Amino acid sequence: MARIETPADLEQYRLQLREKFGKYQYAVSVCGGTGCRAYDCINVFETLREIIDKKDMSHTVNLRLTGCQGFCEMGPLMFIHKNGIFYVRISPEAVERIVESSILGDEVVEELLYKSPADGRRIVHQQEIPFYNKQRRFLLAMNRDIDPLNIDDYIAKGGYGSLAWALFESSSEEIIDIIERAGLRGRGGAGFPTGRKWRIARQAPSPDGIKYVICNADEGDPGAYMDRSLLEGNPHQVIEGMTIGAYAIGASEGYVYVRHEYPLAVHHLLEALDQAREKGLLGKNILGSGLDFDIKVSVGGGAFVCGEETGLIASIEGKRGMPRPRPPYPANYGLWGRPTNINNVETWQNVPLILQMGADEYAKIGTEKSKGTKIFSLVGKINNTGLVEVPMGITLREIVYEIGGGIPRGKAFKAVQTGGPSGGCIPAHLLDIPVDFERLQEVGSMMGSGGMIVMDENTCMVDIARYFMEFLTHESCGKCVPCRLGTKRMLEILTKICDGQGTNENLEALESLAADIKASSLCALGGTSPNPVLTTLRYFRDEYEEHIVNKRCPAGICQALITLRIDPDTCTGCGACLKICPVEAISGEKKQPHSIDPEVCIRCKLCISRCPKEAIYTE
Amino acid sequence: MEKEGCSCNRSFVPPEDLSPLEDIVERYRGERGALISVFHEIQQTYGYLDEGIMGELAKKLGYQLSHLYGLATFYTQFRLKPIGKHLIRICHGTACHVRNVREVTEEAKRFLNIVPGETTEDMYFTLETVNCLGTCAIAPVLVVDGVYHGHMTPSKMKKLLEKMVKEGGREANGQD
Repeated sequence: MARIETPADLEQYRLQLREKFGKYQYAVSVCGGTGCRAYDCINVFETLREIIDKKDMSHTVNLRLTGCQGFCEMGPLMFIHKNGIFYVRISPEAVERIVESSILGDEVVEELLYKSPADGRRIVHQQEIPFYNKQRRFLLAMNRDIDPLNIDDYIAKGGYGSLAWALFESSSEEIIDIIERAGLRGRGGAGFPTGRKWRIARQAPSPDGIKYVICNADEGDPGAYMDRSLLEGNPHQVIEGMTIGAYAIGASEGYVYVRHEYPLAVHHLLEALDQAREKGLLGKNILGSGLDFDIKVSVGGGAFVCGEETGLIASIEGKRGMPRPRPPYPANYGLWGRPTNINNVETWQNVPLILQMGADEYAKIGTEKSKGTKIFSLVGKINNTGLVEVPMGITLREIVYEIGGGIPRGKAFKAVQTGGPSGGCIPAHLLDIPVDFERLQEVGSMMGSGGMIVMDENTCMVDIARYFMEFLTHESCGKCVPCRLGTKRMLEILTKICDGQGTNENLEALESLAADIKASSLCALGGTSPNPVLTTLRYFRDEYEEHIVNKRCPAGICQALITLRIDPDTCTGCGACLKICPVEAISGEKKQPHSIDPEVCIRCKLCISRCPKEAIYTE
Repeated sequence: MEKEGCSCNRSFVPPEDLSPLEDIVERYRGERGALISVFHEIQQTYGYLDEGIMGELAKKLGYQLSHLYGLATFYTQFRLKPIGKHLIRICHGTACHVRNVREVTEEAKRFLNIVPGETTEDMYFTLETVNCLGTCAIAPVLVVDGVYHGHMTPSKMKKLLEKMVKEGGREANGQD
């Protein structure tokens, strides 16, 4: 079917698609997210397709290479729809058996099931795996069920229904009311009420009537990748959300600003835009409603500051992405001087969902002031890494221990870092706080775009503060002094402390610099840049003091403060460490215990990684 | 459109050949704010932003060369020097950092005898570190010629480099 001209056409087309898909006997989804791709899921998928073709079953099996299904730690993943069997860590060699047993038959291949680390039990169904069963996957669930390169999958699942409803059954004002009543807040970090933002842009006068909507997909927070996965896995829901937003605000053009590091997201998005245009769901006279709206893709150049909205706008305009003072806010004076509304990927994806659920139903999820779900990338020192979608208000403890399965190798939990370089490190005694915009800010961190990096006893908090400050000095655009020079001074102090040259005055200097940078920076990058330092000072001051007073790094990370030693009882004298040492600090006869000369050793730890007996330790 | 900064099996156009540049400029003519896209395309074609090419571009578009230089150096993606046959990009995002990616980078530095941002003398390897590749679940992670490698360790790094040297027929250069 070519262009869809009316909402009735859309419904009819949807029915046709459902009938067509209903004719398949089987449906199988192989995860094609970037994490699984690193584990050769493409080869798994191709092998599966070859076998299906060879058996002449391509008309009975609906094969999908999907976007990220979340459980990246366990990839490649496969889900068989008719019986709900979920396989993890699949190799191409295992595919034939899966086809015979679980696709053609109803048998389970035991060793490919997820194995619970707690009791060694094999779990057949996705929903019974602890990683999944505490989640509420309103957005991410679609990733498993659709091929992002096929608009028909999205339409069959009800896609573009919210858009049709908005255009024909509702007014722009009503849409904004619904978004406001639903309580949707920006998922990019700061949590500004989306409806209010839209209303300001709607009411803002434009000199020539032109207004813009922008999707911020410049996911620069290190440790966060939910926006990438939403764009890769379900680009049409972003397009639909933006089109609804354009209708509500009165915009005729849209931009998606994507990071250059996300080539697959760009590819899927461009393909989705073409398909939507072809179907008449984007472009001129959408669904016959008279609305003209189209979307362009702008690929960034790799600058963290372009996640800030005025920096992002400058970058789309082809300039250096330097923020400018606000007001005027982009809602009044944005891209090329026109009223512009910017929301992030996850926010846009929530829009069709809210219209579909209704504001009241949506507002039942979450806490009083933070509604809906939030997607986090749960990463770092945690057993189950991946993308998790949870209702606002869930506790950090539930996320870390129940969904995340706790800390690997029985190590002690130390902190969870949220909010990227603008956020902070939350310690163990605050694990029971509910996750929402307000609570995270109260404890000195912030929601951010959704990175959640778990740290254990072997993570040095001073080093983490130094890491973020280094990141920020690189990414400071240089326009305002407090951020450009202040972050540099803070980095110098932190480096001194990590190098064992810290003094007691350093901590006060850090605090005073932090206060000044917070108060006087031009944009949020600078204004929030001290947060990683402030939270680590607040909760882990003793660790700073250990570095300063006793010249010790308790986590064994800071190179200047540790000594590498070889345990003579464990060392077998194999010589592996001796060979790899770049400075010849290791000596010893073959088959005799070796030793390290601390005067020569540069503590690069290459020997630790090479020792087959784990005989080398830090002190 | 740009793919992940991949240089594998692809030969770049020598910067003396200006015809692709003309194509690129024509394609974006009249499009507002297209300069960054133009840079991406030039880098895709020539492998880097060559000074001569940038000079030509400035002339064609009526910009000062300094303006283009300012823009190119603001963004980390753009290179002003040619890259080697293989491009290794090691992620230094937070998840990779807490999972000790530094040791992986140390191994790469040791093996290649260069620091991030440099290319080996024989133009075989370029080593870079990046802020975050957005593949945090399988940290530490790196991308070699567009292919992701997860859960990296110093020994996996060494094996990977050895394999690339062997399969690519690179002349041995005295490293183990």
